[in-house]
Amino acid sequence: MAASTSSKQHRSPYAPALGFRLLLLASLSILLQYGDHRDNYLDTLRKAIDATVYPLRVIVDAPVSVWRWFDETTTSRNDLQIENSRLKAERLLTQARLQRYAALEAENARLRTMLEARKQVRAQVRVAEIMSVSANPFRHVIVVDKGTRDGVYNGQALVDADGIVGQVIEAGVASAQCLLISDPGHDLPVEVNRNGLRTIARGTGGYNTLDLPFLPNNANIEPGDLLVTSGLGGIFPAGYPVAVVETVTRLPQEPFASVTARPSAALNQVREIMLIWSDDEQTPVEVPVKDAAADEEEGNE
Amino acid sequence: MSDVRPSRHTPIIVSIVIALMLAIAPMPGWADAFRPAWVVLTLIYWSMTFPSSYSVGAAWISGLVLDVGQGTLLGQHALALSIVIYITVKFHLQLRQFPMLQLMATVFAFLAIYQFVLFWINGIVGISVPANTYWGPVIAGTIVWPLVSALLMNVPQRVRR
Repeated sequence: MAASTSSKQHRSPYAPALGFRLLLLASLSILLQYGDHRDNYLDTLRKAIDATVYPLRVIVDAPVSVWRWFDETTTSRNDLQIENSRLKAERLLTQARLQRYAALEAENARLRTMLEARKQVRAQVRVAEIMSVSANPFRHVIVVDKGTRDGVYNGQALVDADGIVGQVIEAGVASAQCLLISDPGHDLPVEVNRNGLRTIARGTGGYNTLDLPFLPNNANIEPGDLLVTSGLGGIFPAGYPVAVVETVTRLPQEPFASVTARPSAALNQVREIMLIWSDDEQTPVEVPVKDAAADEEEGNE
Repeated sequence: MSDVRPSRHTPIIVSIVIALMLAIAPMPGWADAFRPAWVVLTLIYWSMTFPSSYSVGAAWISGLVLDVGQGTLLGQHALALSIVIYITVKFHLQLRQFPMLQLMATVFAFLAIYQFVLFWINGIVGISVPANTYWGPVIAGTIVWPLVSALLMNVPQRVRR
């Protein structure tokens, strides 16, 4: 199978030996990994490589986009009419809800000014489309089609219609990589909506389960409780729904109860997501997720 | 430097780029656990065939691109790929003599080493990874190896006409 041309090798006398080259490259990659893991020195390098890979991403995404375009342009009139009437009904419903919401918001603002509390920031959102889902099954990373030129920054929060989806970890020029809350390395500060109990929701690597590992056995939490973001991590704005508690198992011999929750957002079904800009987040808190997770593990020991 | 004529590099590089695209193409969840390591397979083939043109350097650069494409630690795939390609180049003369079954067994071992390095680094960094995802890509990669080598066989000669 091998081409016969290579039976004798003409290597330039100046090229270093193979073993030496491996040693050099291996140490270089270990250095790179160290730098990448510890800090953000290598952001520019990563962005540069990402910019060269961008055309590949577009090509790879093309069949899906073409299929969607095809699907959209060939929908029958009947289907469109049905969808249209459904959407109209839905719009009516949401508008009614929105009216109530507006009233509630006004009331809330009034009460807050009475309490002289800090005014809740109104968040700005923008819709982004998912370009691809990470090929690496160990990390739940998606790529969206908005980048730094649209104002996306590292650490920005992502939501869909039902709840928190994840956060931006690498903002490229025209695309951004985002870590989902279901990634095993992702920890999210949450609180129980019913009673304000604060805890951490950790990804498990499964799209339908989050873990709440730090709740004591006597914690006031029940299946069906809604978890919302507490806003304490500095990355996610407070008050967005995250998950609904599914199971609570209290084991007397263990220090912590084992609690699992089901994310409100359809993490493996979304196609469009919303990026949130909070007005007061001009300088996003830089908390590299990997480090945060590693630090926490060190803390546990 | 080269044992390939300059004009024949293009199809080889194109095949590596296609492998990179296959490696970052979106796939349904269940298939993701069985995605063959296309880049490793392609590079094993080319480094076995043209060891003085395509060896650890090419592997390292492809690995870096793979790292950015998959969003892993910068240098993780680069390290794993260079180690596997180093072994391939070291033994390329033997590998060329192997019958297909024996070669598949060797490729299996190479892919296992590759996966081992990736898992090892994940372990050091503290990214927890379900252990049952270890063998899927290794087995899938071994199964598609005959296909890959058949597709790549004599590509530079075939293209040039």
